[in-house]
Amino acid sequence: MKKIILLSFLFFLFSFSVTYSQNFVKGIIYYENSSGRKVPLSGVSVFWENTSLGTLSDDSGNYKLTISDSSKRLLFKYLGFRDQIIQFNNQSSINITMIEEENVLDEVVVNKKQKTIQKSYFKTQNITNVSSEELLKAACCNISESFETNPSIDVNYSNAITGTKQVKMLGLESPYLSITEENIPMIRGASQIYGLSFIPGTWVESMQITKGSGSVVNGFESISGQINVELRKPYSDSPFYLNVYSNNMGRNEVNLHSNKIINDKLSTGVYLHANKNNNKVDSNNDGFLDNPLSSATNLFNRWQYINPTKGTVGFFGYRFMNDKKEIGEINDNKLPLRKPWKGEIHTKRFDSSFKYGYVNPKIPYQSLGFQMAFSNHDQKSFFGERNLDLNQKSFYSSLIYNSIIGSTLNKIKVGFNIAYDDYNEYFDRIFNENFINSSRIDKSFGSFFEYSYDSLDKISLVAGIRYDFHNNLGNFLTPRLHLRYQPFEKSVLRLSVGTGRKASNVISENQNIFATGRKLFFPNENELYYGLKPEKAVNYGFSFRQGFYINNREGDITIDYYVTDFDNQVVVDWETQGQVSFYNLEGKSYAKSLQIDLEYQFSDNFLMKSTYKNFNVKKQYKSGLLQNPLTPKSRFFTNLETSTNLNDKGAQWKFDLTYNWIGKQRLPFHELSIKKNGYSPTYSLLHAQITKVFSEKFEIYLGGENIGSYKQDKPILGDPFGTDFDTSIVYAPIHGSLFYLGLRLNI
Amino acid sequence: MKYIITLSLLFSTIVFSQENSSKSENVTFTVQGVCSMCKARIETGVIRIKGVKYANWDVLSNKISLIYNSKKIKIDDIHKKISLLGHSTEKYEAPEEIYNSLPECCRYKTNQPH
Repeated sequence: MKKIILLSFLFFLFSFSVTYSQNFVKGIIYYENSSGRKVPLSGVSVFWENTSLGTLSDDSGNYKLTISDSSKRLLFKYLGFRDQIIQFNNQSSINITMIEEENVLDEVVVNKKQKTIQKSYFKTQNITNVSSEELLKAACCNISESFETNPSIDVNYSNAITGTKQVKMLGLESPYLSITEENIPMIRGASQIYGLSFIPGTWVESMQITKGSGSVVNGFESISGQINVELRKPYSDSPFYLNVYSNNMGRNEVNLHSNKIINDKLSTGVYLHANKNNNKVDSNNDGFLDNPLSSATNLFNRWQYINPTKGTVGFFGYRFMNDKKEIGEINDNKLPLRKPWKGEIHTKRFDSSFKYGYVNPKIPYQSLGFQMAFSNHDQKSFFGERNLDLNQKSFYSSLIYNSIIGSTLNKIKVGFNIAYDDYNEYFDRIFNENFINSSRIDKSFGSFFEYSYDSLDKISLVAGIRYDFHNNLGNFLTPRLHLRYQPFEKSVLRLSVGTGRKASNVISENQNIFATGRKLFFPNENELYYGLKPEKAVNYGFSFRQGFYINNREGDITIDYYVTDFDNQVVVDWETQGQVSFYNLEGKSYAKSLQIDLEYQFSDNFLMKSTYKNFNVKKQYKSGLLQNPLTPKSRFFTNLETSTNLNDKGAQWKFDLTYNWIGKQRLPFHELSIKKNGYSPTYSLLHAQITKVFSEKFEIYLGGENIGSYKQDKPILGDPFGTDFDTSIVYAPIHGSLFYLGLRLNI
Repeated sequence: MKYIITLSLLFSTIVFSQENSSKSENVTFTVQGVCSMCKARIETGVIRIKGVKYANWDVLSNKISLIYNSKKIKIDDIHKKISLLGHSTEKYEAPEEIYNSLPECCRYKTNQPH
């Protein structure tokens, strides 16, 4: 029965793409360079003769133009090249090679490939844009894994058995980040640990990473930064996309997208993701699975409505996710005379969202946006003898109005957000005893005002303020300020300061406790938030970027320094073996982060990025002011990216190499730990990927992660059913080198 | 009390901008130019003219769309000020010496759109 459903679904997807209606023409524009190779040409004007309907080709030479009713002749114009006119006979795509006009100009044609990670000189905030192409570099499989090639975000292993990776920014864990999906808060509360792994990488169109406090528009919760994920849009995405991935650890993944333009206003897309891992792998011979046995399906349907004459745009989407992970000891191993330690994490999630935007066609600087989202997150899990059930129902809505004061040099945003979260948690403090069943409702209403000024040359600023009414956190003000000063074209200095606060969801944020024998201690488990006060911090910092040319090639150096200073924080204290204590901060807690990036384009096809990071993250524990455990003080990162030239058919080879050096990390004390000095050794990781592009429609990729096969010795400590059991002291990969192979089909 | 402040803030901004736009006039006319650098030059120059609220110039059609406050500036003065940026409009030719100081790629009398 399941197969029939799946087959009919597949059929549905295919029929979608076949009947796909065409109302535009697209193609790639090339020119022949001096060595006779075809190279994409950007900035070419493409328009219908005798009309003003036209466009420019993008950095990959692509253009897409709505079909004209009045003209059947397509004109291509570019300075220094002959004009070309093509008769249009309803072809769906027209590729063209521009021919240089001889001796007209001795101008050098600058052909620049768009970078996959882009930092802007002009934006006021410190925002990095990550394109979908960058996400391909970490081919597998979801966004939590996609940050491996991104220097601003660190990926850590959260424990030795669930295979989960956790992200950190500016030295702080993901709960201190605000992670939004198209500006709707997404990864928070119950989904904190696994949430990022539930967004398949191929669904993502782009990501915006803001360092520092960010904008006030999306709420008060962001402390160290914001990550916004833009998903694919049915109207602009390709009609059919398939990605298949398989690795030597037995993990198989499939992504299938299909989009259909129903008429000139309405389009829809269906996105399916499934993965399965059936292989029992125990490369370090500790009797435990290195990666969980897993199966997951994720289905997303989205509708897009556009009406350019009325200036309206709308989105509606819903999705279902079902993810099951089995963890623990392998049965067939020679176990002592006891039952094997096993566990399971089963998550079901439903999401739906509605967005509506209106831009006054007569007054383009006035616009109104409304959004609404509902989600239900349900996790049922057990870890050996310990149980953990989490449920969160969330509703979020916001209204935002954009306008100007005087002229578009002074812009304002005003609006409000409503958030409603219903949490239920059920867990035990220690093996099958002391069950705690807690539930709470968080409600908040906040309104914001953000003013931005842009002199269009040297100076810009964004000043935002919001005021929130929260049933549990009280009423409070959140101010944030960003300044940009660009004295010269290639130098830019940014400053930011702002506050943020959040209620700590200690159980869902620290799930790795449950795969240990540690007993939980709270100030008072019968009180709201178990007696823990809301976390409150101020974040400030600067970023300086200087671009340069060496050998006529572009490069830049960026220095970022950010400080997060906590007024109040929930201290998660792992320092005593056999227990985890949560308590309110008494004393100092700060995270100081320094990052130096160097980027240089050695040639048209060869880009190097290098990063050094230093984290000074300390807080006052009962046992003293200590560096956060499992947070390396320094890290070094290098990424090299190169490719061959495109040939006539659009074929090329792409190579990508990432090197990571991770400095020593302080380890919480454990009597069985083999690291007697209390610090982890330093180590390096190497990731590489080769992609063979056959055409713009088809490519095959092959890659390796952790090629040097660095593994942590003895990541699992103690007797699985004793109080000394610990899987949380993890500083390095659990599994050895991993190799994968996959293909992408894009029609 | 705080509710009232917040709501009145929100409300007044909306009212304020609505009221403001009632004096607004929309116009579209031709301004000579050929490239994206021209676009930046024209738009930056125009938006800094007092009374102009919004400006968008299109490379292919050479049309500028403007919204301005007719009580603060006359449309003729906007044309004149644009021509002084080196870009001729329907009403005013750019002075020769200013045109000659344009960057090479913006010289619309000799260059094709690019």
